[in-house]
Amino acid sequence: MKRTVLLAAIILAVVVAAVLVLRREETVAPSPTARSGAGEIGRGEYLALIGDCLACHTVRGGRPYAGGLPMPTPFGTLYTPNITPDKETGIGNYSAEDFRRALHEGIAKDGSYLYPAFPFNNYTRVTREDVDAMYAFFMALPPVRQPNKPHEMRFPYNQRQLLVGWRALYFNAGEYKANPAQSAEWNRGAYLVEGLGHCNACHGNRNMLGAVKDDDVGGGLIPVQNWYAPSLTSNRETGLGDWEVKDIVDLLRTGVSPRGAVFGPMSAVVAHSLQNVTIGDLSAMAVYLKAQAEKGAPSEPLQVRPTEEQTSAMLKAGAAIYEKHCADCHQPDGKGVPRVYPPLANNRSILMPHPINPIRMVLIGGFPPSTEGNPRPFGMPPFAQDLSDQEIASVVTYIRQSWGNSAPSVSPTEVRLGRGVPAD
Amino acid sequence: MAIASRMGAQCSREALALVLVASTGGALSNAGAQEPAKVPNTIEQRMQACAICHGKQGEGIQKNEYYPRLAGKPAVYLYNQLLNFRERRRDVPIMTYMVAYLSEPYLREIAEYYTNLHPPFPVPATGASKAVLARGEKLVTAGDPGREIPACAACHGKALTGLLPAIPGIVGLNRDYIAAQMGGWKIGQRNAEPPDCMAEVAKRLTPEDIFAVTAWLAAQPASPDTSPAPAGSLQLPLKCGGVN
Repeated sequence: MKRTVLLAAIILAVVVAAVLVLRREETVAPSPTARSGAGEIGRGEYLALIGDCLACHTVRGGRPYAGGLPMPTPFGTLYTPNITPDKETGIGNYSAEDFRRALHEGIAKDGSYLYPAFPFNNYTRVTREDVDAMYAFFMALPPVRQPNKPHEMRFPYNQRQLLVGWRALYFNAGEYKANPAQSAEWNRGAYLVEGLGHCNACHGNRNMLGAVKDDDVGGGLIPVQNWYAPSLTSNRETGLGDWEVKDIVDLLRTGVSPRGAVFGPMSAVVAHSLQNVTIGDLSAMAVYLKAQAEKGAPSEPLQVRPTEEQTSAMLKAGAAIYEKHCADCHQPDGKGVPRVYPPLANNRSILMPHPINPIRMVLIGGFPPSTEGNPRPFGMPPFAQDLSDQEIASVVTYIRQSWGNSAPSVSPTEVRLGRGVPAD
Repeated sequence: MAIASRMGAQCSREALALVLVASTGGALSNAGAQEPAKVPNTIEQRMQACAICHGKQGEGIQKNEYYPRLAGKPAVYLYNQLLNFRERRRDVPIMTYMVAYLSEPYLREIAEYYTNLHPPFPVPATGASKAVLARGEKLVTAGDPGREIPACAACHGKALTGLLPAIPGIVGLNRDYIAAQMGGWKIGQRNAEPPDCMAEVAKRLTPEDIFAVTAWLAAQPASPDTSPAPAGSLQLPLKCGGVN
């Protein structure tokens, strides 16, 4: 009898374990331990979430962390590698030291240089202790056999040894050094923003060789994706300086805030990563970002400027389009409905010199992500199929110059450029 | 908060939640100014984002392209399609973009919302020749066993109004839409969970078959009772992923 009970218990344990393993393979949602960071693996999972490793190392509908996502760059297309612990196709043969070298130095196990699309210039700031926890987490993942796709980089960018030059110019290795003049919270924020969070991968301005300065979160156009990642420091762009910490935390955690909603690639960052980050860490990021003094105005984009006459015609047409298509949700006074429909009056994310974001929002609309704090988001319809380039230029110009807004007009040519970018 | 609790007594829970959200939001952004605007905290309001293409009642709209009817299709079918878009099994970039970061419970709610709408069907299309219609009718009702083409009715129901829980009705749809889906399956632009039975069937159809089938389907008046056949009432001739 005892034996039968024992056997039944073992079978039950195996089934439960199998179900847990299978569920883990199927879902990309973090396990509950990730939030509390229990144990080294749990802590590693939490850190991997902050780093948003999943976003690049997973294809839509694919197995988590098995790689294969195409990353189009101005230099060719990279395919992200499999970082599950499969010995043949993943990183199963990496030692803790190999893993550290990849993150801290951007060098693969075979000694080849990694392309800086992998943000090792940020990950080099991560402490050894945190890197080890991440290693423990990745080694505990179910291995997935999925061979890596070879990169399709153009000559000369396909010559990896040439990266030695890039590294000499732009790579500053070394863990984060705390600034003793600042609070522990500020330092935690800096550690996360400059390190694992790799915010400047999008919010920094990449130069001709795809390099971005280590502490530059001054805004930039994301190559190929063609969304403009606003400056996190300039008061002309996100203007975080005059946001409450609570509103920044809300935006990062739930995707919406009274000041605006996330859209474009930031929706993915909130969905995969930030909604799982603790309020303490998000507050630290907010405190650090708010404290960044204005580091010069963001660069003015080169663009076609409509004449005054064209602008006044667009404002007239735009007002009528706004009333017909926009006012029901964003309200006639442009104030929106807090946390439901973002305000357009004084919403800096659509008033930046670079007009691509409001243009693309009107073209393709969209929903903020489902998050615990906002599980059933309200959305915006796409208008690309209903409005012409001229009409969209008119309504965006109207929005950018009404209710106290005073951003430059946009031309139909810029709308046409926005139309050319795939929605996904 | 005070406003919220005063109004709470006469509001439904949903409305209360929204007032809460709206009043706290307003207090942060413009203290002292007039009250922020409100919208109904309902699934209908949320689906305004979809109405511009699919219609206010999910009836589908003909523009330069055709945006399909969603209303009344089985909830599991609609949910499967939302997942297919999200996971990019169906290659429609704008749809993938719209649903990319929406949770499964929310997508299920969206599917159920459209299932329960029943706007009128469009007027049947006319103009196809008798010969084409006859060929279409034969394929739809009897298939072509010689070429291993099952009848549409074998899976989509005798009345062609679908089969619960996951097979959609195929009457009352626009001809271009049906033809486009067939093309999508043939070239791999539209996929379902394997085994992808519709892709198999579409690949066995010639362009002339598709021309005839879509002409006949689009010419059928929708029956007054458009509800799908009950689950398990048909023995499917093919194995299909995601339909059980």
